[in-house]
Amino acid sequence: MALFAAQREAHETLLSDAAALKGRSLWEDAARRFRANKAAMAGVIVLGLITLGAIFAPSLSPYTADDLDWMAIAAPPSLENGHWFGTDDIGKDLFVLTWMGARVSLTIGVMTTLVALSIGVAYGATAGYMGGRTDNAMMRFVDVLYALPLLFFIIILVTVFGRNIYLVFLAIGCVEWLTMARIVRGQTLSVKQKEYVEAARACGASPAAIIGRHVLPNVIGPVIVYVTLLVPTNILVESYLSFLGLGVKEPLTSWGVLISRGANSVESTPHLLLIPAIFLAVTMFCFNFIGDGLRDALDPKDR
Amino acid sequence: MTSYALRRLLIAAPTLFLIVTLSFFLMHLAPGGPFDDDASLEPEIIANLQAAYDLDKPVAIQYGLYLGKVVRGDFGPSIIYIDRTVTELLTIGLPVSLKLGLAAMILALLIGGTLGILAALRQNSSTDYAVMSVAMTGIAVPSFVMAPLMSLLFGVILKILPVATLEPRGALAEAVPALAPITPYILPVIALALPQIAILARLTRGAMIETLRQNYIRTARAKGVGTRTIVWTHALRAAALPVVSYLGPAAASVVTGSVVIEQIFQLPGMGRFFIQGAINRDYPLVLGIVIVYAVAVIMLNLIVDLIYGLLDPKVKVQ
Repeated sequence: MALFAAQREAHETLLSDAAALKGRSLWEDAARRFRANKAAMAGVIVLGLITLGAIFAPSLSPYTADDLDWMAIAAPPSLENGHWFGTDDIGKDLFVLTWMGARVSLTIGVMTTLVALSIGVAYGATAGYMGGRTDNAMMRFVDVLYALPLLFFIIILVTVFGRNIYLVFLAIGCVEWLTMARIVRGQTLSVKQKEYVEAARACGASPAAIIGRHVLPNVIGPVIVYVTLLVPTNILVESYLSFLGLGVKEPLTSWGVLISRGANSVESTPHLLLIPAIFLAVTMFCFNFIGDGLRDALDPKDR
Repeated sequence: MTSYALRRLLIAAPTLFLIVTLSFFLMHLAPGGPFDDDASLEPEIIANLQAAYDLDKPVAIQYGLYLGKVVRGDFGPSIIYIDRTVTELLTIGLPVSLKLGLAAMILALLIGGTLGILAALRQNSSTDYAVMSVAMTGIAVPSFVMAPLMSLLFGVILKILPVATLEPRGALAEAVPALAPITPYILPVIALALPQIAILARLTRGAMIETLRQNYIRTARAKGVGTRTIVWTHALRAAALPVVSYLGPAAASVVTGSVVIEQIFQLPGMGRFFIQGAINRDYPLVLGIVIVYAVAVIMLNLIVDLIYGLLDPKVKVQ
């Protein structure tokens, strides 16, 4: 008995040692590579600050978005009167407006991307998984849509159905899913041929279960990269609409609305154009750096 | 090659049909119509107006009537520009938009391509970093920010180029009269081309780097072929493939970008008619412009496909 006890003890120490050892997963490797990328980390930090600012900054100012300061109409930025970014042509505080615009622009960027993500992933995974003629027909349709100036459809949608913010979400999302579908379909096609998928099918797993359990987790890397690039694209699309006067309506504002109003008076009050434009550009830079960093981290062979 | 071209042409027709159908029903199924705001009009007059534009008929019949007319090349009368047909408005707008768009595409291809090749040949040098930073800026700063800033700098402060007019004004037109007719287009074309220059520079750089790593390039180098020959005769053809296939989407973004640029520079192109038409529910005008834009983009895609077929030997085999 004593002999066995010693043996068992030895086994148990081995087991507990093994449990204490922690392997590095592929995700941890990727996270390590991402953290080593300075531009991407700077992007994360600045973007985090902008997001925090969008939430809290408007309440730091002595003014609200509805205040009209008749003593300071179209005033340049100044520390003394509390208009840190100056005021617009009706005396509204640009600091508050810019951060309120950040709320709308960031929300639109994220919401439209979620819409595009859902459509694109569902469409691409279905096409890739079905393969054959279905895949061919589905992707031909994407090819056809790809070549079109789809912003025109957004413009028609928004002018015809009214400038409702939810409609803007939906309209942009419904148009920007094409690349997502292509990426997901390509990944799905290659994953489908792997042995473990064949094994799952042999065990009687349903197509839905195979897509959910095996295909999607493998597709997630390229999708995350594309999502970080799609958010800024969609923020730009909204700014474009707002610039044409077709984006969000008063009392909401967005960077595009502010830029478009600033562009009208760029000779006399350049700060009305420059400040929201700088915020927009910095956000674009951040997302692009993060996207590039994620791509390098998740797909090291591309470096 | 011929059958390939024919097949592409066959896809173009249903694509165009799809666009017309989609835009038609999008516009007509929404509640409201072009005469809603005219509260001053008698109901009988509104009824007459509706009848004149076939708006009193069921949507399906209107659709049939419209298709019938379009096939015969008749886009119908405009609703907001009274006494003008859509075709007349298009003949005003199309040349302006066409010049703008083509010039921007050519400029983007020349400058973006050159920058991309330069950056690829000197990968990780200061030239490379400079080109890539400029490209990143071009992607991050949208054209509707660049355009007002450029017109402020070159038009208002330096007074070199005309702004918001088709008349040749400014120092350049006076100094070089030969260039005077194109001066009003210089700023809009640059503003429209900038984002595409940025994207094309990045694409060309990536494709060129990829190609230069190929074994056949290494073989050419080993044989002692000069850099110039390697780039121009060996690498460029392969590296051009991804760039050429981006030209279709590029055309679509130039077309949409020109809407904003025409608005900023007050150019009487199709983009401004489109926005006016969409806001005021001028169905025939909007549909006419959508059709023209779609034909332009589809034709360009067709040309791109054919060039792709010429460049890529794999396509011919299929």
